[in-house]
Amino acid sequence: MKVGLFIPCYVDQFYPSVAVATLELLEKLNISVTYPLNQTCCGQPMANSGFEHLTGSCNALFIENFRSFDYIVCPSGSCALHIKDHLHDEQEPAVAERTRSRVFELTEFLTDIVQVKNIQARFPHKVGLHQSCHGQRGLKLSQMSELVAPPFSKPETLLRMVKDLQLVEPERKDECCGFGGTFCVTEEAVSVKMGQDRITDHLHNQVEYITGGDMSCLMHLEGILRRQKSNVKVIHLAEILNSVDS
Amino acid sequence: MTKTKDHPSLSEEFNRDEARVDWHDKTLWWIRQKRDKAAHTLPEWEQLREAASQIKNNVLGNLSGYLIAFEERAKANGAVVHWARDAQEHNEIVLSVLKQHDVKQIVKSKSMLTEECHLNEFLHHKGIDVIDTDLGERIVQLANEPPSHIVLPCIHKKKEEIGELFHQHLGTPEGNADPQFLTEAARLHLREKFLTREAAITGVNFAVAETGEFVVCTNEGNADMGADLADVHIACMGIEKIIPQRKHLSIFLRLLARSATGQPITTYSSHFKRPRPGQQLHIVLVDNGRTQQLGRDDFRNSLKCIRCGACMNTCPVYRRSGGHSYHTAIAGPIGSILAPNLNMREYADLPFASTLCGSCSNVCPVKIDIHDQLYKWRQVLVKEGYSPQTKTVGMKVMAKVLSNTALYQRAGKIGRWILRVIPGLVNNRFNPWFAQREMPESPKTSFRDWYTKNRKS
Amino acid sequence: MNSREKILSRVKQNQPEAKALPDIDHFHGNIETVIDRFRSVLVSIGGEVHMVNTMEEIQTIVGSKIPDKARVVNLTDVDFFFGEEISEQTNPHSLENVYLAILRSPLGVAENGAIWLTAKDTRVRALPFICEHLAVILSKEKIVPTLHEAYDILEISDHDYGVFIAGPSKTADIEQSLVLGAHGSKSMTVFIM
Repeated sequence: MKVGLFIPCYVDQFYPSVAVATLELLEKLNISVTYPLNQTCCGQPMANSGFEHLTGSCNALFIENFRSFDYIVCPSGSCALHIKDHLHDEQEPAVAERTRSRVFELTEFLTDIVQVKNIQARFPHKVGLHQSCHGQRGLKLSQMSELVAPPFSKPETLLRMVKDLQLVEPERKDECCGFGGTFCVTEEAVSVKMGQDRITDHLHNQVEYITGGDMSCLMHLEGILRRQKSNVKVIHLAEILNSVDS
Repeated sequence: MTKTKDHPSLSEEFNRDEARVDWHDKTLWWIRQKRDKAAHTLPEWEQLREAASQIKNNVLGNLSGYLIAFEERAKANGAVVHWARDAQEHNEIVLSVLKQHDVKQIVKSKSMLTEECHLNEFLHHKGIDVIDTDLGERIVQLANEPPSHIVLPCIHKKKEEIGELFHQHLGTPEGNADPQFLTEAARLHLREKFLTREAAITGVNFAVAETGEFVVCTNEGNADMGADLADVHIACMGIEKIIPQRKHLSIFLRLLARSATGQPITTYSSHFKRPRPGQQLHIVLVDNGRTQQLGRDDFRNSLKCIRCGACMNTCPVYRRSGGHSYHTAIAGPIGSILAPNLNMREYADLPFASTLCGSCSNVCPVKIDIHDQLYKWRQVLVKEGYSPQTKTVGMKVMAKVLSNTALYQRAGKIGRWILRVIPGLVNNRFNPWFAQREMPESPKTSFRDWYTKNRKS
Repeated sequence: MNSREKILSRVKQNQPEAKALPDIDHFHGNIETVIDRFRSVLVSIGGEVHMVNTMEEIQTIVGSKIPDKARVVNLTDVDFFFGEEISEQTNPHSLENVYLAILRSPLGVAENGAIWLTAKDTRVRALPFICEHLAVILSKEKIVPTLHEAYDILEISDHDYGVFIAGPSKTADIEQSLVLGAHGSKSMTVFIM
């Protein structure tokens, strides 16, 4: 299988280590991965702000970049979900549909397609798991606390394969962190309060790290943690899954 | 400089008292947890939601037929049925019924519709005294405030504040904030009203097309005390409150209270079919924008709402901004998809008061796709021109940059350089992110740079 | 065109394509545990429950709780019971000082501890609300598991008015503190016979 690596724009620019970890992780599983050099962004920041009608050329560029791959893998639930729900092209609707069906968030790719059963990684730390909303409720990466339905969690199952990792859940398992795209600045007061409350919840478990599948959530939490000069760090789950087993 | 009365600025005010936000948030989260517990007692919960959703879908597609059937049966049962196109007409109809019976004092039980129509204010100006009998509503009435939550009207008030209100208006001892004592005082105070008022207004939770009856659900019994003691009973309802058959009440009554507060059922679920002998029963069917919403393909599902409030309890934004931040009768997620239909200009901020986390859609007993509708309203509002100029320009620039590889890479490089070398340009009070958060650290190379160097051969 | 016509024409114009009603007949509850479930749910919502075999037992329990000179309305049609009767013509306002109302209910629902009363069972609709304490006699065969079975029974009933009453009146409007005894009865007792 040929996998195209789809890296969120802010990960490309500000958190390249997450993309490196994703790439290395897939390569370790003997997957042929390519990063199309001309990719930019999925268009979500504009679409979620009401400007979906401006994302046409962004969509075309995405389709162009990822045309030739069997799977398109992305270390971000919200970006993957956005493409799955909103990638359209008037000129090539069939290609767009095919592209949509081939996009996978990293943990769902590893669980459903590669069907990973063990991972050679070691991360001897206490880590709190943050459920990013779009991945959880949009992509069904794990069960939603509102529903009367059996529990499951793709990120958690993968993380539990990592040696010496102490994974803990906060009290409110799937409450939103408050990032929400442009919401983080247009509704700054509520956004920060939500992030702060997530952090407080994790701090009750005295975690060393907070992890999740979306760097956007973690970037927002990290901003608050660093402003408070906290020792708690954020880390994307790709980096944990890719950690060295020494 | 005057502050715009929008959700961001009202929420910012709300958040100045962090302890109070925490209390508001924890209280509503607790109610969400009670809802979860109640839902989990029924293994068929998700199937009930699906059935309720399909019944309401059927109602939307057959609404005209059901309304005609309901009116016919209700009239045969002895009720007088009125139709009101908008809030003004609704208020005038209520007034005319009261005038007909020469009534100057009335009691009213909880009706979000009458809140939507600003009925109390209207009647007050016409010299009619309205007493809200739901305890929460009576409290906000005494405080001269609107309710902040559709099921828990004074969830935003502390017991000490309520004690003070009762001391001022009911003469209870100063400093007494005991809920038991205050409720007992309210019981006595309102009992006198029930016994002396000649007309009672109630809302309608469900109106059954098959039989012409309607159901009113309360925990306090105030709707019944009003309706059963008054000579005139006026029931006000939005046209979307119709359900097809009596047996469908089993589905909705199993879902309603569990979703709202975690109770298996409200204490009283009263089925009014015929007026008491000698009593006049009036039913007012109200449009007030509902037919307009019905015509919107993307948004008509919002009319399935049974007003349980579960979406508000689960919404992390609502819990931390409070009902009043939405500056509309019905707040929270459902309010944010109903209000723009009535007035896009006034409510353009509401669909953006959300992170689109999707929790609301999951707790909705009738499976309204609330978070999807919030996204869609954003597109509509921008297309209709309700986006500030600066944002529109910014978005157009972003679209251009993000659809051009070279521009994107250059912009990214420049942005990172600025953050590393002249951070003051970004880290200042003009940057809302920076108010309470550090900006992310700025790496020298992007992933693309790394990949080009380390992988591309 | 008057308002009615205007509204109906707009509804007709705007309503979407009709969708079929779902079949809900498959929803049902568990018959076996009805009595236990009814009891535990009713108690959990603030009601009182007594299992009795005779009317004398009810008389003893009730009798011990009524203060001197308290006004009791008894609609159970049992001769030896204390209390007065009322008729459909009784002015509801005159019931303001009723301390206890004892009635018979034709139906109880286990999943929510509710009993059903029609205008015929209460004679005066206000009675179960205006009294200070409410007591209801319910035969154990008349308890059904869920509202689905209840509405199966009620489907063909033609009542002017009916109400499900689950426990005493209550409110949690003051800081979510649950208080029993809002505007309706302060207590609610069910005698299961």
